[in-house]
Amino acid sequence: MKAQPLVLKIMNVASGLLLAGSLAMVFLYAPLEAVMNHVQKIFYFHISNAWVGMLGFIVAAFAGIMFLVKKDLKWDIVEVAAVEISLVFFLIAIVTGSIWARPSWGTWWTWDARLTTAAILEMVYLAYMLLRQGIEDPDRRARFGAVYTLIGGISVPITFVSIRLWQTIHPAIIGTESASAQGGFAMAPAMLQTMFFCLFAFSVIFATLLWHRVRLGRLAQQVELQKLEAMQ
Amino acid sequence: MINPVVSLKYMLAGYIAIFSILGIYLASLVVRWKNLQRDLQMLKDLQEKK
Repeated sequence: MKAQPLVLKIMNVASGLLLAGSLAMVFLYAPLEAVMNHVQKIFYFHISNAWVGMLGFIVAAFAGIMFLVKKDLKWDIVEVAAVEISLVFFLIAIVTGSIWARPSWGTWWTWDARLTTAAILEMVYLAYMLLRQGIEDPDRRARFGAVYTLIGGISVPITFVSIRLWQTIHPAIIGTESASAQGGFAMAPAMLQTMFFCLFAFSVIFATLLWHRVRLGRLAQQVELQKLEAMQ
Repeated sequence: MINPVVSLKYMLAGYIAIFSILGIYLASLVVRWKNLQRDLQMLKDLQEKK
């Protein structure tokens, strides 16, 4: 396997710097929220992780379409990479949301529309990872994955708009009702700037990780080919 | 209003969770990469011996 390309090396450094910058913005720039105090600072990383989690599931659906059109296994590698990374980021979003909910709502978890759809989304893709392992033929596995991520992708917009479709206690961050839900808050300009900086930082971190995970997928494919050659 | 001390504890818990999960995932990427490279080298050596 070739050494890391220069662009990937630059992205590694940029990701590290952006993560450090995000922490600096959260802890040194964004003001302390009056009602929730320090725990509100979880929000910036919570929303960023949820965003890249959903972004990755959409990237996976796109890769699924590309595989069905081109029949090229490289798109299957991109698809599984995007799902795996998104599972990690979305898990962080769920865990941090739960930690934030405890002091704000008085409970770790409630079967609210947003929380329920988010949990379903995570489980849909967890099942994808498990089911893939049961298929040995690479082409069948890729076809299954492509169709699954396309259907699974429907749960992404449902999760996103769930706070508008059903009664929920989860605050609506995008829109004007931020302070209306329990645990919601009105955002000062510095808070908004911090949120957008974190969203950008995590988007770059996601792209960097995706590239690394695709390289790992290619290496695994190379090992599989080498094994087949060795057996002949 | 949430008690500031309690709020601080939950914030710390949140960030510990974030960096723990991210750290475990990054470590898993590194371990898998190293294992695959070792397997690839081993298979190449086997091919050469053949």
